[in-house]
Amino acid sequence: MPTMTASTAPSTLIQAQDMGLTPDEFKSIEKILGRVPNFTEMCIYSVMWSEHCSYKNSIKWLKTLPKDGDQMLVKAGEENAGIIDLGDGIGCAFKIESHNHPSAIEPYQGAATGVGGINRDIFTMGARPIAQLNSLRFGDPEHPRTKWLLEGVVKGIGDYGNSFGIPVVGGEVFFDPCYQVNPLVNAMSVGLLDVNEIISATAKGPGNAVYIVGSDTGKDGIQGASFASKDITAESADDLPSVQVGDPFQEKLLMEASLELAKTDAIIGMQDMGAAGITCSTSEMSAAGNVGMDIYLDRVPLRQADMEPFEILLSESQERMLVVVAPGKEKLVEDIFKKWDLHAVPIGEVTEGDTINFFVANEIVAQVPASTLVLGGGAPVYEREYSEPSWFAESQAFNPDSVAVPSLKKALEIATDIICLPNIASKKWVWEQYDSMVGTLNRTTNRPSDAGVVSVRGSKKGLALTVDCNSRYVQADPEVGTAIAVAEAARNISCTGATPSAITNCLNFGNPYNTEVYWQFVGAIKGMTRACEKFKTPVTGGNVSFYNQTANEDGTSTSVFPTPTIGMVGILQDRDKHMSLDFKEKGELIFHLGEMSDCINSSEYLANIVGVKQSPAPKFNLTQEEALHVCIRELIAKNLVTAAHDISDGGLFTTLLEMSMPNLFGFDIVSDDELRIDGFLFGEAQGRIIVTLTEEDQDDFFDICDANKVGAVLLGHVTKGKIVVDEEHVGFCSELRAYYDNGFEEALDL
Amino acid sequence: MILRFPELSKMKIGVVTFPGSNCNMDIVHALRNNLQYEVVELWHKDSDLQGVDAVVLPGGFSYGDYLRSGAIARFSPIMEEVIKYANDGGKVLGICNGFQILCEAGLLPGTLMHNESRKFICKNVYLLPVSRTASISADLDDKAALKIPIAHGEGNYFLHEAELSELESNDQVIFRYCDENGKVNNSSNPNGSANNIAGVCNVGKNVFGMMPHPERACSEDLGNTDGLAILRGLETLIKA
Repeated sequence: MPTMTASTAPSTLIQAQDMGLTPDEFKSIEKILGRVPNFTEMCIYSVMWSEHCSYKNSIKWLKTLPKDGDQMLVKAGEENAGIIDLGDGIGCAFKIESHNHPSAIEPYQGAATGVGGINRDIFTMGARPIAQLNSLRFGDPEHPRTKWLLEGVVKGIGDYGNSFGIPVVGGEVFFDPCYQVNPLVNAMSVGLLDVNEIISATAKGPGNAVYIVGSDTGKDGIQGASFASKDITAESADDLPSVQVGDPFQEKLLMEASLELAKTDAIIGMQDMGAAGITCSTSEMSAAGNVGMDIYLDRVPLRQADMEPFEILLSESQERMLVVVAPGKEKLVEDIFKKWDLHAVPIGEVTEGDTINFFVANEIVAQVPASTLVLGGGAPVYEREYSEPSWFAESQAFNPDSVAVPSLKKALEIATDIICLPNIASKKWVWEQYDSMVGTLNRTTNRPSDAGVVSVRGSKKGLALTVDCNSRYVQADPEVGTAIAVAEAARNISCTGATPSAITNCLNFGNPYNTEVYWQFVGAIKGMTRACEKFKTPVTGGNVSFYNQTANEDGTSTSVFPTPTIGMVGILQDRDKHMSLDFKEKGELIFHLGEMSDCINSSEYLANIVGVKQSPAPKFNLTQEEALHVCIRELIAKNLVTAAHDISDGGLFTTLLEMSMPNLFGFDIVSDDELRIDGFLFGEAQGRIIVTLTEEDQDDFFDICDANKVGAVLLGHVTKGKIVVDEEHVGFCSELRAYYDNGFEEALDL
Repeated sequence: MILRFPELSKMKIGVVTFPGSNCNMDIVHALRNNLQYEVVELWHKDSDLQGVDAVVLPGGFSYGDYLRSGAIARFSPIMEEVIKYANDGGKVLGICNGFQILCEAGLLPGTLMHNESRKFICKNVYLLPVSRTASISADLDDKAALKIPIAHGEGNYFLHEAELSELESNDQVIFRYCDENGKVNNSSNPNGSANNIAGVCNVGKNVFGMMPHPERACSEDLGNTDGLAILRGLETLIKA
C-alpha cells in the first residue's frame, strides 16, 4: 500500500505551515510527542489546533463571560450545548453557530450544512429540536453577487430545515457593503429534553465499544476547520472541496434513531461529527473522560474506496456521530439504527490512559495523546495585542447638528423611503421559504410578537426565542454596541411577557492578528459581560468565527462589522399571557415607554438615507433598560397593555407601522416640539417600547410605570386605517403596507 | 366544543410514518389531543393496517423526496396494503406529502408540480369547501373561507383539460384556494394549481388528498382552530 508510506512518513515544517500551523506550534508538537510527528499526526494537530477547534485566540477572553445562573443544568464548555432547566422535568438545550466561510463560496450547501450541524449538536444531547432561528448578513443589496448569495443561502436553509422538519421561528437579515465577499450565516437550534435523559459527550470505561453511526465517510469537507480559520480571498473558491454536502433525510433518520437511543440505557456517551470529523470527536470524547481509544480506520464505512488515513480522519462528511456503547448493549444499538436504515459500525474501543491509536491494517498510522489536542488541554492559548483604531475617535466626534432637520412634510416622505429599505422592509420573501409551523408549537404564526414564542407541551409554559445584533452599533462602539445587542434581545423577550434566561453567542469578527480587530473583540466581550450580568442571562456557549474579511485587490483587507450575534431564550410561565405586537382595536391609546429621544446616531436613517456612515452608537443606558424590561413584564402580567413592540431598526415610525399592518389599523400621533422631527420618527435610541391600552386601564398603567421609574408619554391613538402625524395625513395602512411588503424584493430585484 | 357521533366513539384512525415524514406527530397530536380520536401509529415496514377505520398519510419528505415527491414512498410495504384497502373502499386521507404519495400511487388523479414561483411556500392561506357529495367537505359551509396553512415546494396541481372537466363535473374537488372573503381568483392561488384546486378525491369518494395542513390549525394555542372542522370530516367519512 504505497499511500501508507506517505501517511506515516515524518512531516516537515513546510507541510505543517501549509496546513496552517506556525513554526512554534510545530515545535510544540515535536515536544509533546518526543519525535517529529508523521504526516497523519501533523494533520490531526493542524485541525485540532486550528482557530475553529481550539479557540486559541479567543478562549482567554471567553472565560471572562458570566456562565453561572440559577437555571443552568449544563454550563458553557461542558457539553455540545448549554442546557437550562425549565421546571416540570424539562430541560432546554440551545446553541448558535456560524457557517460563514462555506456559505461565502457555496451558499446553498454552506448554509444547509450549517443548519444540519447546529441541529446535530442539539439532538446529540438527547434533546428534540423544536425551533430554529437564523441571522444572515450580506453585502450591497444592489450588487448582483448579493442576490446570488441571498438566494442560495435562503434556499439552503429552507431545503435542509424544511425536510428535517424543524420550524424557523425567528431571525434577521441585514445588508451592508462590509459583508460583500464574506456574508455571515449564523444558525441557532433549540431543543427540549427530559432532564433525566441528558446524553454526555464523554467516553468512559476501557473496553467499551466505539461506534460510528449515520452516513458513510467521503472526501467532502476535508479540512473544513482549517478553511474556516483563514481569510477569505480571491483564491477561496479553490477550497471548494472543503465545503460539505448536506443530506437532511439522513439527518432526520439519525435524529429519530438517536432520540430512540436516548430512551435506553445503552449509551455511555455520544458526540456529533462536525469540524474535523473523526479526529475531533474521538479526541474530545476521550479527553473529557480521561481515557484513550483504539480506532481502526479501515472499519469506517467509506463513500470512496481510495481514501488516505488522513482523509478519513479529517473528512467532514455530514450526518455522522460517534457513540460509546455500554457493555452488552451493542445489539440493542445496532437494532435501533437498523430500524432507521442507518449504519452502526464498531470502529474501535475505549482504552486506559490518554493515547488514541489510529490503525490501518492493524498497523498504527497515528498515535496522539488526546488531552494534548483539545481546548482546555494541550491546545495553544494565545494572548493577542489590541489597540483602539483611529477611526473610533472620528466616529465619536459626529455632531448631529451637521445634519439639517427636514420639514414635517419632507420627513413623512422619508418615512415612505425608509420602510422600503431592504434592512427595514418585510423579509417575507425570505421567511415564507422556511417552514415556520411544522411541529405545531409556534404560537407566533397567528400572534406576531417581538420574539418567537413556542409552546412547551406538558406544561403551561412557553419559550420566547430571539436572535439580535445590530452590527452597525458594534462597529460604532464595540462595547456599547454589544451591550445593546444583549439588551435588544432581552427587550424582545420581555415584550412577549417572558423573562430572559440565558444566551448563546456567535462572535463574527475579522482577523484576530489585526490589533484593531482584536480591540473590537475585547470590547464586545466586555460589553456582553456587563449586559449579561445586568439581565442575569449567563452565556451557555456558542462559537467564534474569526477571519471574516475581504482581501482587497490592492493587498489591504476590509473586516466585516464586528458582529456578536446574540441568541436569547426566555421563559413565559403562563403562555396564555403571550403578548403580541399588533394593534387590536380602533381608539386604543398609544403610549411611548422609556425616555423620549431624538438621537439619530448609527440609525438606518443616518446611514442609508442621509449617508453618514460614521457616528457613535445610539443612546443607551443599561440601568434604565433593565427597569423598562421589568416594567413591561409587569404590565403584561397584569393585563394592562393590549400590544407591545420595541423601537429598534428604523425608529418609531417603523415600529408603529409594524403594529398597524397585521390587522390593517392605523395611528394618529403627535410629535414633541422639543425634539427634531427626524430623530423623533427615525431615531434608534435604545430602551423604548410602544404599547397600547384602553382608557380605563390608564390609572393602573401609570401606577406601574411610576413604581418602576419608567417614563410613559401618550403619543396618540389607533385609527381604523389612516396614518397621521401632527395632523399631516401620510396615507392608509394598506398603501404603506404595499411599500413595506415589496421594498425588499424590489431592492434586490428578486 | 367538539361534536361527536356517539356510535363512532370507538373509531380508530391509522397514521402512517414513512422515513422522512415530519408531520406525523402533528396529525397524531391533533387527532388524539384536539379531537380525542383513537389513533394507531403505523410504520412503513408494516403490512397490517390493524383494523383501522381510516388511514391518514401525513406530510413531510418521505425518503427525502429527492426524486419526485412521494415517488418512492408508494412502493413501501404499508402502501401495498393502503392501495388494497383503498381499492376495497377503505377511507384514506393524504395531507401534503401524503397527497403527493396518493397521486403517485394512482389512487388520486393528477400530479403535483413545482410551485409556479419555483420556491417553497409556507404561509396561511384560505380554503373554500367545494364538493357537496364528498363526505369530507359536504358538511362544511361552502361560502365561508377557512384559514389553513400551506407548506410545500410541489403543490401546483395539474390535470389535463379533459380530465379536469371530468373531475369538476364529478364533484371531486374538495377545496379551492380563495381569499379571506371566499373569492376564488388568481391572486388567491398560491402555487399555480389548476382551477385553484387545493384538494381532490377519487371517483369513489373514499380517497382524499389536500396540500394544506389542517392539523396546523387545531388549537387555541396556535391561535387557529379552522382545521378542526376539516378533520372532523373524517367522522362523516367513516359514517358514510
